[in-house]
Amino acid sequence: MKITQLVLLAALAAPAAHAVEYRTVLPKQSTIHFEFRQMGVPVKGGFKRFTTEMAFDPARPEAARAKIEIDLASIDAGSSEADDESAGKLWFNRSVYPKATFVSREVRALGNNRFELHGTLTLKGKTRDMTVPVTYLPGKNAATFDGGFVLKRLDFGIGEGMWADVATVANEVQVRFRIAATGK
Amino acid sequence: MSAVMRYSTPAIVLHWLVALLIFVGFPLGLYMVDLPLSPDKLKLYSYHKWIGVTVFFLVAVRLNWRLTHTPPPLPDSVVAWQRRASAVVHGLLYLLMIAIPVSGWLMSSAKGFQTVWFGVLPLPDLIEKNRELGDLLAGVHKALNFTLLGLVILHVGAALQHHFIERQPFLQRMGWSRKERT
Repeated sequence: MKITQLVLLAALAAPAAHAVEYRTVLPKQSTIHFEFRQMGVPVKGGFKRFTTEMAFDPARPEAARAKIEIDLASIDAGSSEADDESAGKLWFNRSVYPKATFVSREVRALGNNRFELHGTLTLKGKTRDMTVPVTYLPGKNAATFDGGFVLKRLDFGIGEGMWADVATVANEVQVRFRIAATGK
Repeated sequence: MSAVMRYSTPAIVLHWLVALLIFVGFPLGLYMVDLPLSPDKLKLYSYHKWIGVTVFFLVAVRLNWRLTHTPPPLPDSVVAWQRRASAVVHGLLYLLMIAIPVSGWLMSSAKGFQTVWFGVLPLPDLIEKNRELGDLLAGVHKALNFTLLGLVILHVGAALQHHFIERQPFLQRMGWSRKERT
């Protein structure tokens, strides 16, 4: 390896070692999964495509912000039959509301690299306040932000009509995400 | 003519209980697969799986009972080839009554849905979610079921034949009446 390359690498690595504002999200290392109960049976799913805009400076967490936009067409709802069904009017009504959006409004530090994200989630034309706990894990090349919350699908009209029966498909959906980001 | 030789009461109860569950679970399975997705479909799938798991456990008890108790001897009118055929068919019926719920359970795991008996008791997922394997196991489950259907027709047909055509007191072997008719 040439000296110039080493110098360049060192220069690139330097900001990450010190104060850094995490802004660049690594989509391939970021995931959104969910789990819900159907007839008492846990069913796992997730979204493959979403974009995250964020800024997080560990030294000034209160100034952090995040916006996540999920492409609802990228859903894995547990089976291809459920994927198709989820697009319909009773579920996401995807032709009218193709995206879900979370926008942070305020970040509170809880200590031990734990934070609370207060913001709004907009889904199927309905906007609701959400509080999302997030754990910040500093890493060598990228930091990860792990979080999860319980979403009540009926708050957003997800699963209307015959699907509103929570004995068949539970109201609570456990959402878990991991966002990986670098400071450059 | 001859006194009726009955199976033991537990064997008879288990036989009819399992028969009843199969006679409900089989058409339920055929009906539910082509339904469009709805809460009712999800319920029927669960009921079908619960029936299957119940059959599995009852057959496990039945097998244990069968292996530790001697069935009543067949009437003399049953000839040698029929005795052999009867042994083969009974063996295959037991095999299928175990293999069918197991194939359904594995299929469910492969399709990504854990089986939870009565929505309470979770069965472990022995295999991971895998679409191709799920489709393959669905085919296996169906083929085994139609084999079972064929064997049940043979089984019932033979019993009716011995009873009504050969006029042997055959159905009483699995009947409720303790009275010995002559």
